[in-house]
Amino acid sequence: MKTAVGTKTLTLVQAITDALDTMLEKREEVLLLGEDIGKNGGVFRATDGLQAKFGENRVIDTPLSEAGFVGAGIGMAVNGFLPVIEIQFLGFIYPAYEQIMTHASRLRMRTMGHFTVPLVIRAPYGAGVRAPEIHCDSTESIFTHMPGIKVVCPASPYDAKGLLIAAIEDPDPVLFLEPMRCYRSMKEEVPEGKYTVEIGKGKKIMEGDDVTVITWGAMVPEAMKAAKMMEEKGIHCDVIDLRTLFPIDKDIIAESVQKTGRTVIVHEAHATGGVGNDVLAIINDTSFLYQKAPVERVTGFDAPVPYFGFEDHYLPTPKRIQHSIEKVMKF
Amino acid sequence: MENHFPIQRILDENGNIVSPEYKGKLTEKLVQEFYKQMTRIRIFDRKAISLQRQGRIGTYAPFEGQEASQVGTAAALEPNDWMFPTYRDHGAAMTFGHSLRNILLFWNGRNEGCIPPDGKKIFPPGIPIATQIPHAAGAAFAERKKGTANAAIAYFGDGATSEGDFHEGLNFASVFKAPVVFFNQNNQYAISVPIHKQMNSKTIAQKALAYDMPGVRIDGNDIFIVYFETLKALERARNGEGPTLIEAVTWRYGAHTTADDPSKYRDQAESINRRQETDPILRLERWMKNEGIYNEKWMQAAEEEASAEIDQAVAEMENFPPADPAAIFDHVFAEPTWQIQQQKEEYLKQIGGGK
Repeated sequence: MKTAVGTKTLTLVQAITDALDTMLEKREEVLLLGEDIGKNGGVFRATDGLQAKFGENRVIDTPLSEAGFVGAGIGMAVNGFLPVIEIQFLGFIYPAYEQIMTHASRLRMRTMGHFTVPLVIRAPYGAGVRAPEIHCDSTESIFTHMPGIKVVCPASPYDAKGLLIAAIEDPDPVLFLEPMRCYRSMKEEVPEGKYTVEIGKGKKIMEGDDVTVITWGAMVPEAMKAAKMMEEKGIHCDVIDLRTLFPIDKDIIAESVQKTGRTVIVHEAHATGGVGNDVLAIINDTSFLYQKAPVERVTGFDAPVPYFGFEDHYLPTPKRIQHSIEKVMKF
Repeated sequence: MENHFPIQRILDENGNIVSPEYKGKLTEKLVQEFYKQMTRIRIFDRKAISLQRQGRIGTYAPFEGQEASQVGTAAALEPNDWMFPTYRDHGAAMTFGHSLRNILLFWNGRNEGCIPPDGKKIFPPGIPIATQIPHAAGAAFAERKKGTANAAIAYFGDGATSEGDFHEGLNFASVFKAPVVFFNQNNQYAISVPIHKQMNSKTIAQKALAYDMPGVRIDGNDIFIVYFETLKALERARNGEGPTLIEAVTWRYGAHTTADDPSKYRDQAESINRRQETDPILRLERWMKNEGIYNEKWMQAAEEEASAEIDQAVAEMENFPPADPAAIFDHVFAEPTWQIQQQKEEYLKQIGGGK
């Protein structure tokens, strides 16, 4: 930031509202589409007040049809608009899978750049808030596997606003995952007005020389709790919040794991086919000879996300993370 | 339901006008353009099948028999309108001004073939069934928001109307009064499945009722009704009155694609009969004869002109530079990510070249 601007103390969900507000103000091509986002302001209030401010022409309540409004959003994006679509919960995105996989992500490739899709799809994701069944999925790797779409997942209010603005300005489709567990769990000083956080860059949130802990989204606070507890035992963690899941910041990973030689990857998603495996591949490709211990992964299990009576057992906890940190230290 | 949605036509099989109110609108210039375009796309279609048989292009989806539906609709569009064709609608795309060379390149496995000529808003062919329908609704909605008079047309077959995207697209367009024409070519088979196994609905036009939009059922082999009903629907769209569903009842003579054998699932005698009885080009010729404007010399010249144009396009397709492997990596994102950049560099190094 070149000039000093004021800041506001915001929660993550308020930072998202602020980003949308800022971009609706700055760019007339920006439109919001989604279920209950108008008068109701979204089920999480992420679009609270925006329809009243910008009108029904720009903040549009859609019919209940994920494939329909993602498909229509593609048509609008190709035709000059910058639609920001809210999917109510990531677990409800699947009807739109085909539109994202076969069209949004590959229209640029199909037409060698003639038609492009500057579209943002926002989706709250994850367990841990006692939400009903199917409202708690963390299936980011379905989308990181898709060529042609970026996947972003902020864990703090500052990053949420800056990354959402960057996503809206990105010339390609971006899936913007919002950890609903972090929506209101913390507040942070967030600059007023427009700023961006670069897509594809991770962030070091704790410095330490012993173990690298790599995580994102709702697992960031859990990993931090574990790292702070380890600190008391004299083990110092380098904690990385990836912030972007595609393209992953390989440099921040390589720099840290070459320093520590020991790594724990933490994610809420299922282990098999999870983004943690891509992190492992980056460690293998960049830093194989620096490793002092096999990399540990602390993840959700390869079981469907259970109903919330079981979710505390399903989700990685600081205790499980500490256990893995100790394991790589003792190896 | 068939009674509520009777098949409308202007021209019957024998080339007689059955809706006299249109008589004054059928200028010689218009009719000649229809004839010329239908002949042109039929020659193209036959040429493409022959190219596939010779291994000069890949699998091809023929449309012969559906020329009136494709030319009649495309001729009704204004230059700034949007077209969302399927893989069987390149006859419409050609009529609307797509490049013949590029259409052939598409069928020969080249992404370059999906690029329309400058200023032509023609989407790449929809491959997964019905998925282009919401795109058309969205692009049309965008035109409405911009305050233009431009409209969109989406093509799809009978089977597509069973897909969720058909219903979601129509619902979206009707809620937001998007200026779009949903043009169904009911050729009565979705690959091998006949329409009575595809749906219990007696017509496709009736599906418009659910979305409170006009549903029109027409003879898809009568180019006059196709043209005038499309014009009417486009006019409604441009006036802010929202979408229309048109069901054009037609028939594909040939296979689903060159990889398909229709004799496995239907009696091809039907196609032979239809060629003689209800063919869209023959029907127009009969009318021209009845009107005394049948001019064999002019027709022959039109055919020769089309053949020369197509031969030229085939030559251009075959002389097109070979696929540049760098192109695989260059159009995934506006700026390649490190993964793509790295894969590109490593691969090009391996094959000993680059751009």
